[in-house]
Amino acid sequence: MTARIGVVTFPGTLDDRDTQRAVRVAGAEAVPLWHRDKDLKQVDAVVLPGGFSYGDYLRAGAISRFSPLMETVIEQAKGGMPVLGICNGFQVLTETHLLPGAMLRNNHLHFVCRDQKLRVETDNTAWTSDYTAGQEISVPLKNIDGRYVADERTLDMLEAEGRVAFRYLDLNPNGSLRDIAGISNAAGNVVGLMPHPEHAVEPLVGTGRTDGLGFFTSILKNLLKGAHA
Amino acid sequence: MARVVVDVMLKPEILDPQGQAVQRALPRLGFQGIADVRQGKRFELEVEGPVDEAALARIHEMAETFLANTVIEDFVVKVEEPDHAAAGEPK
Repeated sequence: MTARIGVVTFPGTLDDRDTQRAVRVAGAEAVPLWHRDKDLKQVDAVVLPGGFSYGDYLRAGAISRFSPLMETVIEQAKGGMPVLGICNGFQVLTETHLLPGAMLRNNHLHFVCRDQKLRVETDNTAWTSDYTAGQEISVPLKNIDGRYVADERTLDMLEAEGRVAFRYLDLNPNGSLRDIAGISNAAGNVVGLMPHPEHAVEPLVGTGRTDGLGFFTSILKNLLKGAHA
Repeated sequence: MARVVVDVMLKPEILDPQGQAVQRALPRLGFQGIADVRQGKRFELEVEGPVDEAALARIHEMAETFLANTVIEDFVVKVEEPDHAAAGEPK
């Protein structure tokens, strides 16, 4: 038996297939989930992939956040179910307020698409335990609404509680405050980041490295450990 | 039908690069003397039935939970004068 990891498709989602593939490469079962269903099909964890759900109308992630499926995801996430939001998925998670802060247009107003160096700041989440804190990885980054903002108090709290999960290295690609590329909730089950680990799981494509695979092996190990505990 | 307008603006402390891009373009287009531009959103809601206190409370709730993200944005709810709405048809 392996873990079942749900991958949500909204209208306008782009990276659901790549994310399903990354889940399978790590050895878990990928379960497609549809935004209009309420049922999570008994998955053990959920990934909200990248793209432009609902055309980014109103604000990126703002309409997806009210989809029937997200109502269930929010409820389950509050109960401890692991949730990973990548890019647009991160935007959805900030709109749900499961993660603090918000995402805004890149400070230079251009779409960014590049291989991005990151530092994994914490191995103390459900999605990063296979990394070591301080480890440097390189994964693709592609967004236009990637500027992470929050008020100073929230930023200080995130730093103090070790909830800045990833930081941009060498270059801040979008004007995110304190070079923040991703954060977690207090419990560590909900993680969001702008860069795309699911595009860096096989040496043949993407960066030519497999630096993103750790997200998916981390969650698989944690779920199987939980099942046997 | 009564019209209620919700204006949504980025909070003053939030950087608005789109507004800055507009502001920077102005001198080139011959518009002088604009020191700053901030870009926002305007929602025009055509309300069925009376715009009473209860209706405005619901619209306020809608603005707070959906039309604006209060982490980064402020909003203002205004009831538009009825004669203005009537004269504006068709635009």
